[in-house]
Amino acid sequence: MAAVTSVGETPLAVPARRQAGMQAGRRRRLNLFRYVVFTVFGLFFALPLLAMARFSLEGAKLGTWSLTAWRQITSYTSSEGIPPLISAVEITLELAVITSAVMLVLVVPTMIWIRLRVRWLARAMEFLCLLPLTIPPIVLVVGLGPIYDKIAHLSLSALMLFWVYVILALPYAYRALAAGLSAIDATTLSEAARSLGASWFSVIVRVIVPNMWDAVLNALILTWALVLGEFTVAFFLLYVNLQVELYSISRNTPDAGVIFSTSTASLLFAFVLLLILSYVGRRRRAIRG
Amino acid sequence: MEGLSRRYGTVVALDHLDLTVQPGELVVLLGPSGCGKTTTLRLLAGLEDTDTGSITVGGRDITWLPASKRDMGMVFQAYSLFPHMTVRQNVAFGLRLRRVGAAERDRRAMEMLELVGLTEQANRYPHQLSGGQQQRVALARALAIQPQVLLLDEPLSALDAKVRAQLRDQIRRIQLEVGITTLFVTHDQEEALAIADRVGVMREGRLEQLAPPVEVYSRPATSFVAEFVGLTNRLAGEVQAGQLTVRGCTLPLVDSATPDGLAVALVRPEAVTLASHDAPESGPLVGTVIAVTFLGATSRVTVDLGDATIMAQLPTADATALPAGSRVALTIRPDPVLVSAGSDQAVPLPEEEA
Repeated sequence: MAAVTSVGETPLAVPARRQAGMQAGRRRRLNLFRYVVFTVFGLFFALPLLAMARFSLEGAKLGTWSLTAWRQITSYTSSEGIPPLISAVEITLELAVITSAVMLVLVVPTMIWIRLRVRWLARAMEFLCLLPLTIPPIVLVVGLGPIYDKIAHLSLSALMLFWVYVILALPYAYRALAAGLSAIDATTLSEAARSLGASWFSVIVRVIVPNMWDAVLNALILTWALVLGEFTVAFFLLYVNLQVELYSISRNTPDAGVIFSTSTASLLFAFVLLLILSYVGRRRRAIRG
Repeated sequence: MEGLSRRYGTVVALDHLDLTVQPGELVVLLGPSGCGKTTTLRLLAGLEDTDTGSITVGGRDITWLPASKRDMGMVFQAYSLFPHMTVRQNVAFGLRLRRVGAAERDRRAMEMLELVGLTEQANRYPHQLSGGQQQRVALARALAIQPQVLLLDEPLSALDAKVRAQLRDQIRRIQLEVGITTLFVTHDQEEALAIADRVGVMREGRLEQLAPPVEVYSRPATSFVAEFVGLTNRLAGEVQAGQLTVRGCTLPLVDSATPDGLAVALVRPEAVTLASHDAPESGPLVGTVIAVTFLGATSRVTVDLGDATIMAQLPTADATALPAGSRVALTIRPDPVLVSAGSDQAVPLPEEEA
């Protein structure tokens, strides 16, 4: 606060300036709080990941740097009795695509239909979709064992995991889609489209889905994140996906560096894929908006 | 429409409604909330199924045709433009579904936008438009498919008063220009009287009166119509030999066959005029002014008669000379009046519109 009031300064300006000073002070404190919180939580999340990455780059002697562990995980071949990593990546990617496709084809039209035509079913649908969240994967595996015994007679492919992955991803996809659907006036939009001559198929594909595209994308990202990181079900049902493969690589080596490099690799893989997916979605939105 | 009925559980939304709209005519369905006017429109559009009755358009029975095959253009109360499409794409949407070629589609969309005066907004998205503009685009979109009937479901109720009046007139102009048969639903009596060829006043799923606006206002068929359309004073009187005596004034009756006895007369405020400023001490129509509402050229004066209040619509020049508290003598112009069927019948008061 200035000690001398300059000529022409009205008495009213003094409290106004004091108020502005208080606001600036408050803003500074708020900013400081933000930085502190951000740093603490940032370290909490980043430190273990950074440590993992650092260990994966540990050389033969303590404190040295080396890429040996990374080279080792790519050098495994099927001749050593371990299936190659590349095929596991392939399988996992295919699983992600199939799971998300089945999920969207199954859930999106059903949800829209329930919203528009059979609203009284909405509660039951929500309950059913959220149910998998309450069942631990290990319990699910016990129940699914006999079913997968039958499936194994038909196909041994790890792609058959998509049945259970659709169920596992259901709660996440459902929540994302429900949020998107409730953000638009689906009833009026569909009635407007129908009065213009649109069939129910056109209503869903041309009017409703394009307006909940963000929600569809979110559902897709969540489904992919789940499939890319899924280990328990695949492992116990004796299928090999990326996580199981990385696990078996790390189990079959005495080298600690390899364990860390495989973990880092799987993390990076999922991270990059999800980044690409959300980037594609953002671009689409930017073009439209 | 013949004998249309629709129930929602135990609630009867529409009770054997018969309505015929002439080609090129604009019929407004007017009524309080829940009277069945929107249900009528939705049944016509095929957005809901009818329980009984039939709907015929141009000689073709469309009662069981799905909404997408009915060939009706509809404008909704809520903003219904597709948010992911530009204005032009919105208008062309119906044409695209009908597999009209891109060039022709574009030409017709622009033609419709010109009709509603929005060619400059063709490449904008709905969220970049005002409410009034959005409803104009919705109108253009409904007209683009050249429907047999245009259905307007309270299209102006979400807009502010000034835009509402402008768009109302624009809708009427376009309707006359295109010559399209139109059914317009509203709860706003002013809107209904302003644009309709005929007004259908609805109550509890039934049509009380279907007549040109002037007739609905000046010769209401029922006491409900009289009270819903415009303001009405309810004054106790006595019928004798086809004439009604109310507070010392003798008035002719709309229905001369009204039986003798006590009755409630429904008198319009504009039929109540000023007798004199120098009010006598007492009289049947002498009272104290309790409120003056300025309406522009006229003002509404509410007068306390001691045992009742009466509303008079007077020229503002006369009304300004009557501050609240002043004594005044009124008289009733001898226009034919309607009597309420039994003084104990509860007739809902009209919803006052801003």
